[in-house]
Amino acid sequence: MNLSDLLPLAPEIFLACAGMLLLVAGTFGGAGMARAVNVLAGVSLAVAFGLVVCPVTGVTGELPGGHVGTDGFSQFVKMLLLPAALVSLVLSHDFLKKPEAARFEFPVLVLFATLGMMLMVSARSFLGLYVALELQSLSLYVLAAFLRNDTRSSEAGLKYFVLGALASGLLLYGISLVYGATGSVVFAKLQTVLASGDAPVGLVLGMVFILAGFAFKLAAAPFHMWAPDVYEGAPTPVAAFFASAPKLAAVALLAKVLYEPFGALAAQAQPILMVLALASMAWGAFAAMAQGHIKRLMAYSAIGHIGYALIGLAAGGAEGLQATLLYLVIYLPMTLGAFAVILCARKNGVALEQLSDFAGLSKTRPALAAAMALFMFSMAGVPPLAGFFGKFYVFMAALQAGLLPLAVAGVLLSVVGAFYYLRVIKLMYFDAPRGAAFDPVPGWGTGLVLASTAVLILGFALQPDLAANAVRAATATLAGAA
Amino acid sequence: MVDISSLPLLSILTFLPLAGVVLILLLQKASDGVAKQIAFWTSMLALGLAAWMVARFDPHGGFQFVEEAKWMSFGGVELFYKKGIDGLSLWLVVASAFLTPVCILACWDGVKERARSFMIAFLVLETMMIGTFTALDFVLFYVFFEGVLLPMFLIIGVWGGPGRVHAAYKFFLYTLLGSVLMLLAVVAMCLHAGTTDMTALMRADFPVSWQIGLWLAFLASFAVKTPMWPVHTWLPYAHVEAPTAGSVILAGILLKMGGYGFIRVSLQMLPAASAAFTDLMFVLSGIAIVATSLTALVQTDMKRLIAYSSVAHMGFVTMGAFSRTPQGLEGAVMVMLSHALVSSALFLCVGVIYDRLHSREIARYGGLASNMPHYAFLAMIFTLGAVGLPGTSGFVGEFLAMQGAFLVSTWMAAVAGLGVILGAAYMLWLYRRVFFGRLDKPGVAAMKDLTFKEYATLAPLAVLVLVMGVQPSLFKDSIAPTMRDIAETAKARANPAPDVPPPFALNRLTGGGAP
Repeated sequence: MNLSDLLPLAPEIFLACAGMLLLVAGTFGGAGMARAVNVLAGVSLAVAFGLVVCPVTGVTGELPGGHVGTDGFSQFVKMLLLPAALVSLVLSHDFLKKPEAARFEFPVLVLFATLGMMLMVSARSFLGLYVALELQSLSLYVLAAFLRNDTRSSEAGLKYFVLGALASGLLLYGISLVYGATGSVVFAKLQTVLASGDAPVGLVLGMVFILAGFAFKLAAAPFHMWAPDVYEGAPTPVAAFFASAPKLAAVALLAKVLYEPFGALAAQAQPILMVLALASMAWGAFAAMAQGHIKRLMAYSAIGHIGYALIGLAAGGAEGLQATLLYLVIYLPMTLGAFAVILCARKNGVALEQLSDFAGLSKTRPALAAAMALFMFSMAGVPPLAGFFGKFYVFMAALQAGLLPLAVAGVLLSVVGAFYYLRVIKLMYFDAPRGAAFDPVPGWGTGLVLASTAVLILGFALQPDLAANAVRAATATLAGAA
Repeated sequence: MVDISSLPLLSILTFLPLAGVVLILLLQKASDGVAKQIAFWTSMLALGLAAWMVARFDPHGGFQFVEEAKWMSFGGVELFYKKGIDGLSLWLVVASAFLTPVCILACWDGVKERARSFMIAFLVLETMMIGTFTALDFVLFYVFFEGVLLPMFLIIGVWGGPGRVHAAYKFFLYTLLGSVLMLLAVVAMCLHAGTTDMTALMRADFPVSWQIGLWLAFLASFAVKTPMWPVHTWLPYAHVEAPTAGSVILAGILLKMGGYGFIRVSLQMLPAASAAFTDLMFVLSGIAIVATSLTALVQTDMKRLIAYSSVAHMGFVTMGAFSRTPQGLEGAVMVMLSHALVSSALFLCVGVIYDRLHSREIARYGGLASNMPHYAFLAMIFTLGAVGLPGTSGFVGEFLAMQGAFLVSTWMAAVAGLGVILGAAYMLWLYRRVFFGRLDKPGVAAMKDLTFKEYATLAPLAVLVLVMGVQPSLFKDSIAPTMRDIAETAKARANPAPDVPPPFALNRLTGGGAP
C-alpha cells in the first residue's frame, strides 16, 4: 500500500489529526482555551473544505480494502457538511463564553462528529458505514449532554444515547442479516449479487432494519420521539448543529445505500419510504402546532422537512435523488439562519426559548425579526423564497414517478405546517412587545451567518440552476442514479 | 444610443418597485416622510412606464413586449423567465401600476406606525402583482401569484383593525390551500407537455380525463382568489380588518388574479374541461350574484357591504368568462377593470369618513351630503358606477357579460339581471343612509369635507369611472381582439382530443399500467 492510496481521504485524515492535536492543546491549555480551540477548530474545518475542493487532494477513488472511497457524490456532500459544521462553530462561539460551557471539548467534539459524517458519506461497505456512524453518534450524544450540571441537558444526552443505541442495534442487526443472506457487506459486491437474481428474504428484511435505523438517525416519524426532547434539552448551538449537518449526512447516507447496494430493491424500499415521508410530514405539521417552546417547534419542523426530503427518495430515479439533495441544500441555510435568530434571543445574557418571548420583535429588533420572518416564510414554502423551490423539486419528482397521492398529502400538509410558521411571524409582527429588547446580536460571526443565510434564501430564485446543476453532477456518480 | 424599444420594459416595470424598496432600506436614517416620498415617486414612475406601454401596445399583436431567458431546469423540463402581455393582461398591469400610488397617497397620513415597512410591503406587493399579470412561464406565474400572500399577510396583520390576526390567518391559509393544489396541477401540466411556457401550454392538447382533474385543481385556487361562492368567506374578514390601502389593493387587484387565472389558464389551456364545467360555473356565479347581493343588503358595516358586493361583481366576471363568447369575455375583463376602479374608490371613500369618526357602522352616519358636499358628489359617482348605471364604467362590463351569458343561457342572464337590481338596491340604500337624512348623529356634523390629498386620490378615479363609461372603446379596443381569439380558440378546442395515455409514468395515476 502506498501513501498516495490514502489521498482520497486526505481531508478526513487532516481533520482527525487536527482534532487530536486540539484535544492535546486544550488539555494543556485548560478552560481558558475553549474559545481559542473553537477558532482553531473552525480553521481546521475551513482547511478540510479547501482539501476537498482542491484538485490535488480532492481526488476521488477507493481505498484499499474497499470499505471507504470517495466519489463526486461524497465530495459534494462534504462541501455542504463542512460549511454547515463551521457555521455551527461560529454560532457557538459566544456560548463558549459562559463559565458552565467554557470547555474546549465542545469544538473538538463537533470536529469529530463532522469527521464521522464525512466518513459516513465516503463509506463503501456496511462496516465502514457503521463505524463512521458511531463516531458521529457518540460525539453527538456527548454534545447533547454538554451542560453536565443542567438536568435537562443531561436528560437529553441520556435519552439520545439510549434511543440511539437502540437504533444502532437495529442497524447492526440489519447489517448482519444482509451479510447472512449475501455473504458480503461491501456495497459493490451486494450490487452484483442483487443484480444477478432475486433478492433473498433475509436481504429484504435486513434492508428494512437498516432503513429503520436510518430513520431514527434522521428523526423521521415514527422514529422521531427523541428529537423534540433532545432539541429542547441540548444547548441551543448544539441543537443548531443537530438540525443541520447530521441530517444532511444521514440523508446522503440513506440515498447512497438505497441507490448503490439496494438499487435493485427500489420497489421494496418505496412503500417504506412513502410511509416514513407521510408520517413525518403529518407528525411534523400537527404536533408542532401545540408547541410553545421555540426549539421544540424547530424539532418538529425538522421532522416535517425530513418528510418532504424523503418524498424525493420515495420517488426514486435520478430526479428523485436530485430533488432530495436540493431540498437539503435549501434546508441547511434556512435552519441555520433560524437557529442563529434563536441564539440572539437573550435578555441580560439569559437565553429565552419560549415562543412568546418573540412577541413584538419587529418593533424592538426589526432586522432580526425580518430575518426570522424570511426563514419562517421560506420554511412554509412561500415563493419566491428558497423553501418553495425545495418543495417544487420534490413534488415534481413525486409526480414524475406517479406518486400523486403522496404529493397531494404533501401539499395539504404544507398548509397545515404553514400555520405554525405563521404563528412565529404573528408573534413578531402582530403582537406588542413584552419587556425589554433582546441583547445586541452576539458577535459579528452570528451577524454574518444571519446575513448570508438570509441572502441565500432571498436570492435562490435568481439562479436556481447553480444548485441544481451542482446536484445533478454530483448525483450522476451514484450508480443507481446515473 | 440605446434603442429604447429594445429595453425589457416588462421586467423594468415589474422590478422597479423593488428598486424603491432597496432605496428605502439603504436610507436607514431617513424619516418616514422620505420613505413615503420614495415609494410614491417610484410607483409614479412605474405608472408612467405603464402608460408608455399602453401607447405602444398593438391590439392585434398577440403577446407583446415578450422577454425570454433561461431560468432553471429540472427533471428534463426547462423553465424560462418569460414575460409578455396581451389584451387580457394589459389593463390589469396598468390598473396595478395605477392603484399603487393611489394607495400610497391614501395612507399618507393614516399610517403612522412603521410607515417605512408599510411602504416596503406595498412596493413588494406591486412587484408581485405586475409579475403575476406579465408572467408567461407557468412556474414564474405561480411564484408571483403566491408571492402576493407574503406582503398582504403582513399588511392585514400589522396595520389592520382589532380582528386583524384572525383575518390575516384566514386570508393566508385559505389562499394557500387553494394554491398548493394549483402547484401540483402546474407541475403535472409541465411534465406532460415538457414545457412551462404558457403560450405553448395553450396549444398543448391535454386528454380530457386529465383536463377535468387539472381544471378542478385550478378551480380550487382561482375560486378562492376571485372569490367565488362558497369559498368567499375569507373576503369580508380580510376587507373589514385590512387598513384602507390594503382593502383597496385587495379589491382592486388581488381579486382580479382569480379572474385572470380563470381566463388565462382554465379557458385557454383546458378548453375541453372549461366547456364541460360551464354549467357548474354558471350555477356558482348565479348564486354568488344573488346570494351575496342579498347578504350585502343586510350588512351594517360599510366595508363588509362593499366586500360582499365585490363577490357579486366577481360573479359577473366568472359568468362572462365561462360563457366563452367574445362579448362575455370582453365583459368579464371590463367588469374587472371597472370594479378595480369602483371598489377601490368606495373603500377609499369609507377610509375618508373612517379617518374622521373611526367607525364603519352605517348607522353612525347620516346626512353627510349637507356638510360634505364634495365628498357626497364623488361618492355618488362611485355608487352609480357600482350600480352599473349607463355612462359609468360599471355599465359596459355588466352589459357585455350579460349579453355573453344570454347567448348561452337565458336563465343565467335572467339571474344576473336580478343581481343588477339587487345591486342597485343595496348600493343606493347605503348611499341614502349615509348621505341623506338628518344631520343629527353625534359628531357627524363636525366632519370636514375632503382635504386636498383626498381629492387627489379620489378625483382621478372618478374621472376614469366616467371616461370608461362614456368612451369604453378607449379600453375595449385593445381588449376585444384578444378576447375574440380566446373565445374562438376555446370554442374550437372544446371538443376533446382522443384520450391517449400520457407519455410518462404519470399514467399510473389514471389507472394505466406501470411503464
